[in-house]
Amino acid sequence: MVFTVALLASTPLWLSHVGLYQYLALEIMIWMLFALGHNLLLGYGGLPSFGHGAYFGIGAYAFGLMQLRAGAGLLLGMLCAVLAAALFGALVAAFISHRRGIYYALLTIAFGQVAWFVAGKWHAVTGGEDGLLNIKRPDLSLGVVEIGLHSNEAFFYFALVVFALALVGLWRLVHSPFGRVLRAIKQNEMRAEFVGHNVWLYKWVAFTMSAAIAGLAGSLFAMAQQSAYPNVMSLHNSGFVVMMVLIGGGLVSFWGPVIGALVFILARDLLGAYTETWLLWYGLVFIAVVLFQPDGVAGAWQAWQAWRRRHDTRDAPSTAALTKEA
Amino acid sequence: MALFEASQLHKRFGDQVVLESVSLSFEEGQLAGIMGPNGAGKTTCFNVLTGRFKPDRGSVRFAGEDITGLSPRRIARKGLSRSFQIMNLFDDETAVDNVLLALPQLRGQGFTMWRDLGRDAAARDAAHEVLGRVGLARKADVVAGSLSYGERRALEIGVALAAKPRLLFLDEPTAGLGAEGTARLAELIAQLKRQLTIVIIEHDMRFLFSLADRISVIHWGQVIAEGTPGELRENPWVQRSNLGTLA
Repeated sequence: MVFTVALLASTPLWLSHVGLYQYLALEIMIWMLFALGHNLLLGYGGLPSFGHGAYFGIGAYAFGLMQLRAGAGLLLGMLCAVLAAALFGALVAAFISHRRGIYYALLTIAFGQVAWFVAGKWHAVTGGEDGLLNIKRPDLSLGVVEIGLHSNEAFFYFALVVFALALVGLWRLVHSPFGRVLRAIKQNEMRAEFVGHNVWLYKWVAFTMSAAIAGLAGSLFAMAQQSAYPNVMSLHNSGFVVMMVLIGGGLVSFWGPVIGALVFILARDLLGAYTETWLLWYGLVFIAVVLFQPDGVAGAWQAWQAWRRRHDTRDAPSTAALTKEA
Repeated sequence: MALFEASQLHKRFGDQVVLESVSLSFEEGQLAGIMGPNGAGKTTCFNVLTGRFKPDRGSVRFAGEDITGLSPRRIARKGLSRSFQIMNLFDDETAVDNVLLALPQLRGQGFTMWRDLGRDAAARDAAHEVLGRVGLARKADVVAGSLSYGERRALEIGVALAAKPRLLFLDEPTAGLGAEGTARLAELIAQLKRQLTIVIIEHDMRFLFSLADRISVIHWGQVIAEGTPGELRENPWVQRSNLGTLA
């Protein structure tokens, strides 16, 4: 955890030297946050949501609207973004939490598409296809000091603090009784019900919290892009976050989504520099991962560690036997 | 008054009647058996008694309270626990965590989101204690999915016991066990007997007759005979059917 935050924190020192730019680290971090929230559902609850872009987008729009219409500042705007996403998430979760598997997935897509469609058509509020433009990065006022966040670098550090807080919170969450029961529900919903856990309520809370985190990531994204537009709510975008979680290995590791978001955005930029069709190549890699290494990068790492441990213990007695023979 | 009383239960799936006027009662502290041939409605009966299915008619009372049609979760919280014939464990968790997740204290704090469950020594001790009772003390840190078949059976019972039930239902606990495993299981259940009320569904007659205080025979969705193992051996129907020769 310290390593992840430290690595991110040091990016302003070296990122431009390797030919990349600071905004990239910011975007990766926002996607990491979004993917971590998504993995709370997919990796820990076993609940596939393919419409999570909606909550990310609602967070972005809510932040933009609060700023443009109500003149809300930084923290109030972000709070409203989180609440709006959580509220819509809670509503959707109320309709889907008695389902699981493919029905759950289909319902999340349906609700996600509803949100995307509304964002694209409700011109008076969302600005239609153009979205909300000129969203500012307000100053951070901490009572005595005011910190300007206009530059990519300053805003990056602010986002890093938000990210680190969310990271610690999620880490605690997945190891708490709540997180453990959620994981048990993923493995065996019926058994969880028969030992007395309120399965429906756990699923509802998990979805709502996951939506809230998506909303938080969305509010950061609105500031990063200085706009909010319907595209972030598309099925496309919702699919990206699933691909990140799976490629990174969210099903077997807390860090899966973090790795996955990094790989995805880097692939987009690096492959994207060479070819227009980078997503095709990325898609092929995705297929290969799902076929041959369904536990993703984190799973491959764990398998390698386990293999090394076995190898070490097997090696020791065999060399002992050899010396005896000699 | 009996601890558990089911009266006049009816259940049908489509136009097939699976339970017809089934009345059963289990006394506190006793070990009761339900037997009958395959497809007789035993498991359906169990599922109705433990809340997985709602009966179409009839009522179920537990400790003087009407629990008919309550959800499995509510029924579990009243002190009624069950194991499953087809094993139902949290396969990616260790044996001790399987039990831990079923402890009653966890239900109350399930929505605690900040404390690390791995560091809750009291809960872990309680879980280890239950594992000891089902003879799995040395397998505590083995992932449930990698346990042997017999060990998984024992863990099934451990998870059911973890909830500290007043009444424990076991659905065909010997299914798939060899002679040795069955003998070990009989020993385990004999130890649990008198500590709590137990109801076992079983078609292994020898197993049931050696353990149970009272047995009900279900066939064609009806209770056709009831009594102590001794009485049932004398029962003409049981004698005539192939169940009798086994007992």
